Amino acid sequence: MARSTPGGRALPPWAQALMALVWLAWIALAGSPAMAQPATQAVQAPPLRANGAGGASPIRWAADASADVPFTFHDPASPARLTGFEYDLMQGLAAHMGVPFVFVQNDWDGLIPGLQRGLYDIVTCGIEITAEHAESVDFSDPYYVTSERLVVRRNGPQLVDLASLAGHVVGTLRNTQAERILAQAPELQIRSYEEETQAFMDLASGRTDAILIDAPIAKYYGQVNPALRVVGAPIGRVEYGMAFARGRNAALRQRVNTALAAMRADGTVHAILARWDLWTPEMAASLHDSTTPDMAPTAWNAYVAAQQGQNGWHTRLARYVTFLPQLAHAAWLTLLVSLVAMVLAVGLGLGLALARLYGPAPLAWLATLYVEIVRGTPLLIQVLFIFYGLPEFGLSLTPFVAGVLSLGLNYAAYEAENYRAGLQSVAPGQMEAALALNMTHVQALRYVVVPQAFRLVMPVMTNDFISLLKDSSLVSVITLTELTQTYIRLSSTYFDYFGTGLMVGATYLLLGLPFVRLARMVERRLSAPHARQRPKP
Amino acid sequence: MLRGVSLQVGRGDLVSIIGPSGCGKSTFLRCLNCLEIPDHGSITAMGVRIERAGGRWTRADDHAAHRLRSHVGMVFQSFNLFAHLSVLDNIVLAPRVVKGEPAQIAREQAMILLEKVGLADVARRYPATLSGGQQQRAAIARALAMRPEIMLYDEPTSALDPIVAEEVLAVMRTLDEEGMTQIVVTHDMRFAQQASDTVIYMDGGQIIESGPPDMLCVNPTDERTRRFLRTVL
Repeated sequence: MARSTPGGRALPPWAQALMALVWLAWIALAGSPAMAQPATQAVQAPPLRANGAGGASPIRWAADASADVPFTFHDPASPARLTGFEYDLMQGLAAHMGVPFVFVQNDWDGLIPGLQRGLYDIVTCGIEITAEHAESVDFSDPYYVTSERLVVRRNGPQLVDLASLAGHVVGTLRNTQAERILAQAPELQIRSYEEETQAFMDLASGRTDAILIDAPIAKYYGQVNPALRVVGAPIGRVEYGMAFARGRNAALRQRVNTALAAMRADGTVHAILARWDLWTPEMAASLHDSTTPDMAPTAWNAYVAAQQGQNGWHTRLARYVTFLPQLAHAAWLTLLVSLVAMVLAVGLGLGLALARLYGPAPLAWLATLYVEIVRGTPLLIQVLFIFYGLPEFGLSLTPFVAGVLSLGLNYAAYEAENYRAGLQSVAPGQMEAALALNMTHVQALRYVVVPQAFRLVMPVMTNDFISLLKDSSLVSVITLTELTQTYIRLSSTYFDYFGTGLMVGATYLLLGLPFVRLARMVERRLSAPHARQRPKP
Repeated sequence: MLRGVSLQVGRGDLVSIIGPSGCGKSTFLRCLNCLEIPDHGSITAMGVRIERAGGRWTRADDHAAHRLRSHVGMVFQSFNLFAHLSVLDNIVLAPRVVKGEPAQIAREQAMILLEKVGLADVARRYPATLSGGQQQRAAIARALAMRPEIMLYDEPTSALDPIVAEEVLAVMRTLDEEGMTQIVVTHDMRFAQQASDTVIYMDGGQIIESGPPDMLCVNPTDERTRRFLRTVL
């Protein structure tokens, strides 16, 4: 793959292992048509409009648009709009095929599994055509041919080719052609990144001395940064292809290849690449096209202008204002997921606690087992398992439902232990008095013990809710555009982790504060009966 | 551990159970309304009979205990008022949820009982703001609200100083005059002697002797009773 996880979070190794397992499982099951579940991914951009597409069923194509400059990304000038040279190519393809194309957003790691599952028909996301990749997907003819380029710091060691890299720390993207090239070079230390923005930040801050990376990325990240420089001659050769589910979509692949050929022949491809200033000698050679169309690199110029504007504080602040609607929407989603999950956690947690304390032995045992399993496994695994794992048993949940369910089920285990402690700390005399008054166990719990336990667990519950609010960031891995996902998208679009980070952090803080206040108020009211002093008349 | 404890109480009687700490008197009292479940033996009260022969406690036993408790009220040493409810709500709760009494009627009834135990003016207060004597009288009112025919008291005045204890004992005397059947586990020898129809001395999980207070408290026959009385009087 050209890039790896432009998702922002560096997933820990165990999460990657799980991803790999899930991926393998899909590949294994890819032949079964029953596995093709209806799309559950949020479509986060307006569908492409195709000229003269009269009622043909739309073709769904996917990319990770969260930080994919210059492939498919959110236009810095107007973040709700998608742009990019691949995006434009897909639009041209739609026009040539006369079929409407619908864009589907998915995380980088989920792109190929989603393809195997039938969530969409095509992945166009700078995927390198290699023998290894061809084992899991079918490729179209290459739509773009380029090379690797070196990027260095202007005031750093002046490295110009592979040989000069010896003894230096060199950044690149994980699992890419560039990484393999570096692995062949002697005596250099490779630092592999999940996403390009991280690689460029580390180069700029001196953690690495050079980056070897696909030419389009080198250009769009290296040339616009005054501290960096793209140097030396092109290295190696990279071909990008569109990916199709292996062995299942031969007819569509044929149509796409035909349309691509037409687009190459009539100059559409050349025009698009020229607009993005990405026409390469390799492309010219492979298309036998040495013409230079009379066309300004308008898209490139617009991008450069947007990047240069961003350093002034005024521009920055003005841009932050444009973030507000997106942040507000993301905050609302975060809050909604957290609240619904908390309601689930409280209800289920109370049930589990009661079952453990007062239920018949088998039920108590099951409740204990639940608590131990859920507490003993990481939340991220549970989120991925529920969203990507359960569909294998026919249970395909929307990202929202899966997010709420995984958070709620997870927190229920913690709430259960919290309530168990609370219930146990209510004096046993209270239960006895209720029983002596001829209440049943259930009535005694409902009217006497649980209300008193509630007061005791209230502060811990508040804590848990704040913690849940923050843990809801984990559901960003299942394409839910909540705050963290929005942070990743905005920060990597603008290369601005600092200001955006402050904004998102403040939003989390603001979301939690009212609940802390509310909880204090409730706590005060609940503990009024226990105060020794007389209540005011 | 109780062994072969047997007791018959007449309607309207006030029976005091005395004995050293740990002699099983509280356990025995708690068996009488099934807060403690005996392995063997039987309890008969107001036409309800619970028989135990070492088997499992069944659903049927649960129903029997439920019927038994509908006739039996209980008062605890530590009052056990529901801390999250006002005095009035403490009294109203069981009639409302167990008997389904309408709120209005339950409240009126509760106010009559609070009047009776002298707490009408603190009905809206929470237990934590009351003195021990007030709490215990509220607990008695709470038990009475279920209209029991029998009242059990587990050391009702042990947590109270003598002056406050007197308030509580006065309520018990009034109930005795009204014909309530009462069984009291107590360390208050004066109360046992003055108010009881029968006094029972327990030791080592057994009833050692029982009789009218004038006989048992003044002139006990058993050496163990005599020794106990010498230490407490």
